[in-house]
Amino acid sequence: MTGTALLFLELFLTFFVIGLFTIGGGYAMLSLIQTEIVVRHGWLTESNFTDIVAISQMTPGPIGINCATYVGYDVVSAASGSPALGVLGSFTTTFALVLPSFIIMLMLVKFYAKFHNDKIFGGVMGWLRPAVIGLIGAAAVILVLNTAWDGVPLFSRPEISVVKENFPDWKSWVLLGTAFICSFKFKVNPILIILAGGVAGLLIY
Amino acid sequence: MERADVSLKDLFLVFAKVGAFTIGGGYAMISIIQEEVSRRGWLSDDEMPDIVALSQSAPGLLAVNISIFTGYRLRGVKGSIVATVGAVLPSFITILLIAALFGNFKDNPVVIRIFKGMRPVVIALIAVPMIRMAEKVNHDWTKWTVSVLSLVLVAFLKVSPIYVLAVIIACGTAFYYWREHR
Repeated sequence: MTGTALLFLELFLTFFVIGLFTIGGGYAMLSLIQTEIVVRHGWLTESNFTDIVAISQMTPGPIGINCATYVGYDVVSAASGSPALGVLGSFTTTFALVLPSFIIMLMLVKFYAKFHNDKIFGGVMGWLRPAVIGLIGAAAVILVLNTAWDGVPLFSRPEISVVKENFPDWKSWVLLGTAFICSFKFKVNPILIILAGGVAGLLIY
Repeated sequence: MERADVSLKDLFLVFAKVGAFTIGGGYAMISIIQEEVSRRGWLSDDEMPDIVALSQSAPGLLAVNISIFTGYRLRGVKGSIVATVGAVLPSFITILLIAALFGNFKDNPVVIRIFKGMRPVVIALIAVPMIRMAEKVNHDWTKWTVSVLSLVLVAFLKVSPIYVLAVIIACGTAFYYWREHR
């Protein structure tokens, strides 16, 4: 039992550090999780992890959260043989992953509220806004080109496999174009558009 | 700047909805948040670029950071907790179901077809709020240059977005500090 308690503590610390050092979004986080869980601790095998990454990309929700939840369940239920403890493992990893964001974001929001009308802060925000627009555009382009950035090279790490089937054929482009017109011109609810995309996929593929 | 009229229950439900339909990363979340949050009059459209900018500058996941920020803006610390739990819970439940019961989920042909249809649609939903933000924010060619430059750097030259933001924060702070104190 003490072994399991120690595993929980180790998982908590590992995912807290991953949350703290993830700079540059979900894909950078996957690399960190892989380095820590597969390479350093050996809690999961490479092929286990590859499956988890594929499922994390296919399910709704932030990819880093999906991956952390899955890893927490797999590692603990494999070590203890109990699915119930696995659920607790998921909770531990997900909570630990979000906690650093929480602390830092709360400080940042307070900073934002205080310096909202400051000339220097306002000046910098004036340039951050157009840059962020570029970053959002880049996210779309990256999804079309099927390439993912690797984040900040804080740690050396192995390559990550990414689902590379965003655009299998011309039908994908028709779907993209139709969705764009529905959203941009007719302001259709985005959730409705996503659901319609799923139904369309089921019908045409 | 808090909004007492926004109930924590509504905040939770809206973010659970956002979490459940976020496919393809934090940026895909923006259009859904804008639809759900602006329509209710909780935040103005002008605040969205600021929220994304600060959320991307902090460590962690963009989707989580956006939830924390928006929740805090509406109902303080309590709101940030409720919004984050709401955004994370659908993922958590979905993944647990798959991990415990449907290990072969990713090879299911029906699932594969549904996601083949959803992925291109999500890309359109990332592009639309970008264009709407650009219409509001980019008033002159200098701002357009910054947008295009950061897009090219990140998408084609594979520079990490954090470097783009760090350079702007550093240079901008130095420049405006110099202008205020010379």
